[in-house]
Amino acid sequence: MPRETFDRELKRLQDETLVLGSIVENALTQSVAALKKRDFAASRRLIEQDCQINERRFAIESDALILIATQQPIASDLRTIAAVLEITTELERIGDYAKGIAKINLLIGDRPLVKPLIDLPVMAEKARAMLHQALDAFVRRDVDLARAIPAEDDVIDGLYNQVYRELLTHIMQDHTLIEQANYLLWAAHNLERAGDRVINICERVVFTVTGEMEELDVKEGTCITPEAI
Amino acid sequence: MDNGRTKFEVRGFSLFYGSFCALRDVDITIPVNRITAIIGPSGCGKSTFLRTFNRMNDLIPSVSVKGEVAMDGQDILSMDVVELRRRVGMVFQKPNPFPKSIFDNVAYGPRANGLRDRAKLSQIVEQSLRRAALWEEVKDDLGKSGLALSGGQQQRLCIARALAVQPEVILMDEPASALDPIATLKIEELIQTLKELYTIVIVTHNMQQAARASDYTAFFMMAEDRAGYLVEYDSTTRIFTNPQHKQTEEYITGRFG
Repeated sequence: MPRETFDRELKRLQDETLVLGSIVENALTQSVAALKKRDFAASRRLIEQDCQINERRFAIESDALILIATQQPIASDLRTIAAVLEITTELERIGDYAKGIAKINLLIGDRPLVKPLIDLPVMAEKARAMLHQALDAFVRRDVDLARAIPAEDDVIDGLYNQVYRELLTHIMQDHTLIEQANYLLWAAHNLERAGDRVINICERVVFTVTGEMEELDVKEGTCITPEAI
Repeated sequence: MDNGRTKFEVRGFSLFYGSFCALRDVDITIPVNRITAIIGPSGCGKSTFLRTFNRMNDLIPSVSVKGEVAMDGQDILSMDVVELRRRVGMVFQKPNPFPKSIFDNVAYGPRANGLRDRAKLSQIVEQSLRRAALWEEVKDDLGKSGLALSGGQQQRLCIARALAVQPEVILMDEPASALDPIATLKIEELIQTLKELYTIVIVTHNMQQAARASDYTAFFMMAEDRAGYLVEYDSTTRIFTNPQHKQTEEYITGRFG
């Protein structure tokens, strides 16, 4: 094997991406769990932890650039490194969504929630599971799995629409709830966006394996978000 | 990128050294005014294949060939070899200027073809040196020995010498492998400008050079009986980003060869 060092470094880069992915997965579900339990200490910890996510992402980016500069990767090797750069960017953004939800918990403060949180934890768990599968597909170079994951985003979009309508109903009944309902809608929106970013990761997996760019998120207008308008 | 015009059409071409098959059943189309790179591990027959285009292999005893090689539709195997080599010039790995002045090096070919007119020769020498991106560096010193130039300049002198007989094709056999990185980049830049006027076929061991400097890439490999064969031929972009054959991918990513 003439490229042992390179292969080792390439594997390490992917391992680091998986580690970052698992931190982000946890951040996503924990941010919603903390919101549900109104656990401010947990939310503060998550906000602090986001710095670690960012630092890890920069470290991976730096390692990837060094690998490009020193090893001149081409073809599937180059696509793998390009995918790592893209995927870590997406992970960092999903981490930001989790941090945003943690901040929302603090913003809502001591006031009781307008409604018990049922759909948001389901959305968070769904997004987490999709992310886990997408990273699994990346490591296993599983194009079929990568192509199948985006369909699951429909569940998240459906729940987001449901949360949106429910919160709207609450606001119409009691205008003093506008602020909190708005915060909760942001939280739901963050989870919806997390699902979209997982689809981007899936697209990268397909590109890494096939060398062809493929749009996997083809549905339009199914979600009441600023991006869909 | 494809201009649809063909310079060489090679069909079912095989080459033998005695009974040993060095190249087997090669089919390839070399486009006009494009740079085609030939890559592959040592011994896969890429230099042998390059030398097919100007029949340099004829000089080796016991060589025999099978198949067709046509230039502009005309069979080169039955063409007058002197005429063929005037139309198909060659630049070698190691710069090989003659132990003559810069002027005489470049004027060598036209003189051999019978040109004696000094003014006309001067014009050809200047034009060739300009096209080889060497004129500005040597214009005040044309009487200096070609051997007194640096390695990179010597190679450009050899390119100028090849251009002086107004060829249509330039074959390059690892033209930069004996040069330092800056001289290498100069040669690569030069090749890019030359393709406007000439069809270029280049053999290189340097994968990055093939990726940087060529439009099309042909990947050759050696079969179990050591015969060279063409594995994959495609646009350079395709070969270096998403080759279709596993062997190509393994070779260009440095995992075998």
